[in-house]
Amino acid sequence: MDITANGGFSVFNPEILTLYFKATLNTIAISAFAIVIGFSLGIGAGLARVSKNPLVRLPATAYVYVIRGTPLLVQLFLWFFGLAIVSGGALALEPIYAAIIAVGVHSGAYQAEIIRGGVNSIPKGQMEAARATGMNQRQSMRYVVLPQALRLSLPPLANEFVIVIKDSSLAYAVSVAEITFVSYQLNGKYFEPFQIFLFAAFLYFCLTLVTGYLMRGVEKKYRIPGYGEHE
Amino acid sequence: MSPPLVQTYDLKKAFGTHQVLRGITTSINEKEVVVVIGPSGGGKSTFLRCLNRLTEPTSGDVFFEGKKITGPGVDINKVRAQMGMVFQAFNLFMHLSARKNITLPLMKVKGMTEAQANAVTAQVLKRVGLEEKADSYPGLLSGGQQQRVAIARALAMNPKLMLFDEPTSALDPELIGEVLDVIKELAYGGMTMIIVTHEMGFARDVADRVLFIDQGVISEEGAPDDFFSHPQNDRTKQFLRRLFVEERARDIIPPPAGQPSP
Repeated sequence: MDITANGGFSVFNPEILTLYFKATLNTIAISAFAIVIGFSLGIGAGLARVSKNPLVRLPATAYVYVIRGTPLLVQLFLWFFGLAIVSGGALALEPIYAAIIAVGVHSGAYQAEIIRGGVNSIPKGQMEAARATGMNQRQSMRYVVLPQALRLSLPPLANEFVIVIKDSSLAYAVSVAEITFVSYQLNGKYFEPFQIFLFAAFLYFCLTLVTGYLMRGVEKKYRIPGYGEHE
Repeated sequence: MSPPLVQTYDLKKAFGTHQVLRGITTSINEKEVVVVIGPSGGGKSTFLRCLNRLTEPTSGDVFFEGKKITGPGVDINKVRAQMGMVFQAFNLFMHLSARKNITLPLMKVKGMTEAQANAVTAQVLKRVGLEEKADSYPGLLSGGQQQRVAIARALAMNPKLMLFDEPTSALDPELIGEVLDVIKELAYGGMTMIIVTHEMGFARDVADRVLFIDQGVISEEGAPDDFFSHPQNDRTKQFLRRLFVEERARDIIPPPAGQPSP
């Protein structure tokens, strides 16, 4: 089928829309898995960063500094090409897996800092009161400090999740058929950059809008009665 | 005779070069109510916090039921479960309802089931007169109510000793009474307590013994009547004078000889 028939190229052509639908699913998959990985690493590394034990704290600090201090695109190439070469081909990741890991590990460093900030902004008295009842450090962190810290972290985490969605576009560099890659390919073929990339931007905007909305819902759900939310 | 419930021996604490406690040796018997007073910065709170090692003493020892609880190899969490502590800033867990504030340590430290913990919680909330506030979050309670929940949380653990660190200092004046009443009830019920406070009338009512901690040492102690009526130490006298509002001071400290009582 000639999709340029009847008045030229259009992203609303059913065939193109089908392509974009699949591409959007890939973008969602990369983002969703990356967010899960990033959140897990973020909680782990964030708590490790506030540990008194240097053997726990220093690796987490190194992780944050290395990941934060190098470009995501370079990290993606290292996961995709570098890992395959170093492992002699044994760990040659599928492009989409390389993208998920790269974006997830990258986001984890930023989320770790968000969690650390959240934990540090809970008043000392909360931990002291928990310890005074006989709860150990771990219980006090898990049941008293962390639940409050996570609530405080929700707005910056929502920010970070939106960034993950946009960062997933770098997967185009390792040929994952997500929104940006498909747009790039279509543009190469039909050379309609304005229409194509405007549509890509629109798709990303929809995804981030929904994410923002969902996170706002989570925030409201876990809102502490009598606290926060200035009228 | 049974050994004292708590003993401290030459307890010292320094923050950097700042020596806060300079050697406190004392003992507190079962069912005794000890009120600690003294100027701010004198070491009262630090002394109290060293007893359950929320603040780690620099040197010296603390004994609880005759066992040393300072130094390595002590399971301090087990000890703390037997010492309730009430803070100046209440420190209720903000994300939990009054009920959950109380059930959390019961379940995590005492290993109770939720049903058992709820039963205990209902009792202690009733004791502090807040059974109808069980489902309220701390942010929706007044300061006095928050502090009473905090007292209930400590009581629920069925402690052998209660530590109060200026429990009314953060309260509006009209809310102080309800908290002091709860503490008095405990005192009359035979609870062993160490109370840091600036409420002198309350101290006089409730104390078996008053400790005056100043510049990191116990500079004077005694039964409340003696202590307030015949303070020996000049700094104690000065402190009491400065602290009392004129009329209350006249009630408690007799006027100097030769002057008529107003």
